[in-house]
Amino acid sequence: MYFKVLFMSEQNQTTERLQEVKDIRRLMERSSRFISLSGLSGVAAGVFALTGAAIARYIIFKNYYTEYIDRGFFASNDFNSLKWQLIVLSAGVFAAAFFSAFYFTWRKSSRQGFSLWNLTSRRLFWNMTIPLVAGGVFILGMLQYDEWRFVAPSCLLFYGLALVNASKYTLTDIRYLGYCEIILGLINMQWIGYGLYFWAVGFGILHIVYGIVMWWKYERPLTAEGET
Amino acid sequence: MKNPITGLNKIFDNRIRLGVMSVLAVNDEVSFNDLKQMLEVTDGNLATHLVSLEENGYIKVHKGFIGRKTNTTYSVTKNGEKAFSEHIAALENMIKGVR
Repeated sequence: MYFKVLFMSEQNQTTERLQEVKDIRRLMERSSRFISLSGLSGVAAGVFALTGAAIARYIIFKNYYTEYIDRGFFASNDFNSLKWQLIVLSAGVFAAAFFSAFYFTWRKSSRQGFSLWNLTSRRLFWNMTIPLVAGGVFILGMLQYDEWRFVAPSCLLFYGLALVNASKYTLTDIRYLGYCEIILGLINMQWIGYGLYFWAVGFGILHIVYGIVMWWKYERPLTAEGET
Repeated sequence: MKNPITGLNKIFDNRIRLGVMSVLAVNDEVSFNDLKQMLEVTDGNLATHLVSLEENGYIKVHKGFIGRKTNTTYSVTKNGEKAFSEHIAALENMIKGVR
């Protein structure tokens, strides 16, 4: 061993040690954070959210309010069916966004040669799920009591908290998206009637902006070789 | 155990053992399968190195079950943490020193 140390050129040894330090760093990072989250999944989720918001606006204004104007009063039947249409719509948007996020992330992780379901993705999934499910149940509870005014702010708030929580287990940039969603949700509390627009900004526009920034930062074809 | 010239720990001279320590340093508890996946090594190879780390008192083994399947997880000991951080400090010193 000592002979080896003495005879190995200094230069050679340093590069070897440097490599070791790099390996340590890479493993620490790869084992503690899920880095395959794709920016494109953000863009796709944003597009679905905007489409959903546009459809929701159409349903509310074209169908619901025109009938109201024609008849001059709200019928509780109409309101009920509107509520269900919106619930089904939002479930559809959520499913579409979820699967597109899943698809793009799967594509990125298989390009990087990682498996999608590993220690880090499991951890990310759990830490994201807890605030989301809590928020989802809370919002359904509000609807149960016909309290629809706080649905949009609550969506934004719980989603923002979920992202801030998740940022410990994935790319840290997602934390800033979380902050924006939380702030937006709180502002929305003061402009209750505009929930749909806040919702569209938070889930649509912010996602698209975030997705493009992430894609630019980590996935641009130019930097593909530099990816770790 | 230590190389008196550089302060490097000989046990961490091996890539797999060094890798195991790196992963365990930042995670509370990691299962055998997760380690295998992250380090991209075979079962037998990983097992041998885990045993040697355990014998040196650097890692702890917890044997558990998920249903009927065994689920063995590993975590780093106080000793292991100390030895690993000393090893990293020595590596850093070497790199700085030669530069």
